[in-house]
Amino acid sequence: MAKKQVLVACGAGIATSTVVNGAIEEMAKENNLDVDLVQIKISEVGGYVDTADLLVTTAMTQKEYPFPVINARSFLTGIGTDATKKEILTALQK
Amino acid sequence: MNGANILYSVVNMMSNIYFNESVILLNVEAASKEEVLEKMGRNLIDENLVKESFIPAIIAREEEYATGLPTAGVAVAIPHTDVEHVQRKTISIGVLKDAVEFGVMGDDKETIPVRIVFMLAMDEAHSQLSLLQQLMSVFQTEETLLSILKEENKTNIRSLLEEKLDFGVLEGEK
Repeated sequence: MAKKQVLVACGAGIATSTVVNGAIEEMAKENNLDVDLVQIKISEVGGYVDTADLLVTTAMTQKEYPFPVINARSFLTGIGTDATKKEILTALQK
Repeated sequence: MNGANILYSVVNMMSNIYFNESVILLNVEAASKEEVLEKMGRNLIDENLVKESFIPAIIAREEEYATGLPTAGVAVAIPHTDVEHVQRKTISIGVLKDAVEFGVMGDDKETIPVRIVFMLAMDEAHSQLSLLQQLMSVFQTEETLLSILKEENKTNIRSLLEEKLDFGVLEGEK
């Protein structure tokens, strides 16, 4: 399976994407998935439309992308984390 | 003071994240989220932790990317902005007298009545992972949020957060 490029984005690229990045890193390790995590600001997503396989973000996005977009707020609130993890895993195992 | 305590104090002094009672604000009265950000930001400017540009920047960022989180028991918000407005990294806590509506993170319509604001002033992108993770676990513990909400003594809030957040081991972490 080719290495997947996962974009992790928040408004500033400082705080929440760092936490989400850490969570996905851990998840990938647990599931033996080889992922290329790229932590960016949501405004930078446009530069990755040709290479990314998935966008996980805490910021809202109205644009349509050629890859799935998953809301990662649950990693911050702790509410619904399992469902989000499952969603990410499913997207990565495709 | 035993050896461990002395060591802890030394590490704590060296640590470059600024955290003490001066960045904890209780009974903050504000009619809007902008007013909350203005008051908390002003305090950080007075403490020489952020630049004047921090206030307009954090207000604009909150407008564009809301940071309210529907956490268990007490809703919180984690406003923050770009690193160039920060002089020294800190986490400022504001307990609001009455709830103020903040937009919900990742949602363009929904708002939530926030009672505790954790204003993050970070001077480096992509850093402080374990501190941020610990902070998120505070948000996931209703009991801790409720204790902060009803506490009237800043030193007690400081101790509680120092216990949960482990500021002392941050030095050198990237």
